[in-house]
Amino acid sequence: MTASPLDIALFAAKLGVVFFVILTMAAYLVLAERRILAWIQDRKGPNRVGPFGMLQPLADLIKLLTKEDFIPSAADRWLFLLAPAMAAIPAILTFAVIPFGAPITIAGRQVPLLIADLNVGVLFFLALSSIAVYGMAIGGWASNSKYSLLGGIRGLAQLISYELSMGLSLVPVIMLAHSFSLTAIVDAQSTVPFIVYQPVAFIIFLISITAECKRIPFDIPEAEGELVAGFHTEYSGMRFGLFFVGEYINIIVLGGLATTFFLGGWHGPFLPPVVWFTIKSLAVAFFFIWMRGTLPRLRYDQLMHLGWKVLTPLALVNILATGWWLALAAS
Amino acid sequence: MPLISDIKAIIAGFGVTLHHMLRRPVTIQYPEEKRVPYPRFRARIVLTRDPDGGERCVACYLCSAACPVDCISMQAAERDDGRRYAAWFRINFSRCIFCGLCAEACPTLAIQMTPDYEICKRDIMDLVYEKEDLLIDGCGKDNSYNFYHHAGIGVTQPRGAGLEERLPVDVRSLLP
Repeated sequence: MTASPLDIALFAAKLGVVFFVILTMAAYLVLAERRILAWIQDRKGPNRVGPFGMLQPLADLIKLLTKEDFIPSAADRWLFLLAPAMAAIPAILTFAVIPFGAPITIAGRQVPLLIADLNVGVLFFLALSSIAVYGMAIGGWASNSKYSLLGGIRGLAQLISYELSMGLSLVPVIMLAHSFSLTAIVDAQSTVPFIVYQPVAFIIFLISITAECKRIPFDIPEAEGELVAGFHTEYSGMRFGLFFVGEYINIIVLGGLATTFFLGGWHGPFLPPVVWFTIKSLAVAFFFIWMRGTLPRLRYDQLMHLGWKVLTPLALVNILATGWWLALAAS
Repeated sequence: MPLISDIKAIIAGFGVTLHHMLRRPVTIQYPEEKRVPYPRFRARIVLTRDPDGGERCVACYLCSAACPVDCISMQAAERDDGRRYAAWFRINFSRCIFCGLCAEACPTLAIQMTPDYEICKRDIMDLVYEKEDLLIDGCGKDNSYNFYHHAGIGVTQPRGAGLEERLPVDVRSLLP
């Protein structure tokens, strides 16, 4: 198959639009989080820069870019410089497999609204979510500071606690959709979203992705009350910004994944598919922010306990129940 | 079961935060919105005058003695008619803690606290207020009080001419 220039142009346009939209949404999610947290705490939040504080992300960007890019003298220089990118890039890459709208027709061609329709999209997501932890662990190690190291170690310990239950919570979805492809999973939810069939799996997945993007109540690697700022203690300027933006990109991408797996993807009445996808993803992101304003941080061992002794067995039982139900439905 | 009550408690917590999210913020956007302080709010200190327009301060040093941070200083002087006044009077607002003890100590109601809390200066020396900065034209909180109508015997009016005074008794005519 040879790609015509139009195909390449469409693909490049899609890439550019997705990249721009994701980064802009991440920047504004920071503002949204600050405003919503402020409302929860009966404050008003940043509203000085531009109308309703809408230019605040720009001001933050200028501040971060003009700050000194500090490297500790005892740090492992190259790993220290690489780690922020290793944290942010997998977060953006994951979005490549998420279908964010119904296929549209441009100039007589079917253009699927996703970057790459992998037939193993779920595995791609699971693999990238594991790789994203390397950025944090290596950043923590390369800083050569006790707080960073502890943060990195905690990040790894957290990874092995939630990753299993996250993977297991997706197994029933794959069983229902008979496919690893995210497009097929969305198509299987054209009438009823999977959250109706799989509420338990949805809750396990939601808890696991909260741990995945290191948000309260699972912000154990950062734990600003205990570890200063955890793995990014020694980072400043735009390198810290990359860690920070990576976290918010992660929220958007994981919100999109929760939408894709459980909330019916871009399916929905009346509104255009892209709008439905955006609304659902932002609802998940809003829930994350709401949760941050509500719950306290779990202790290190409590997360392990939750991951290994509660979520993983529950996910296994859920898989068994789903299998039993599917077998009954087939017979 | 503890599990059920725990889950209930978590959901209740989400309810509380949602309730607060929808509530009006308590923030006062300071430079644009200013809160109106109560009349007895303790902020910038002033020296008031009596209803006749004379300075109330008699330079008794009681405020300066009461001040816990020693931010009030003055020099007493006496007019030709015997009425005391402060030759200079100085309050260092960079030290003042706005405790109000000076206003409490003042026997003539001269030194008073006002609700004007916006005393910011670029230069710290501008926070040292001299007598002409402190002295206002009005009476402050008590519009009728005039110390010399009640006391200050024999200074501005003859003995016994004060408001609550009777004429002095002539002890020589008091014989039985």
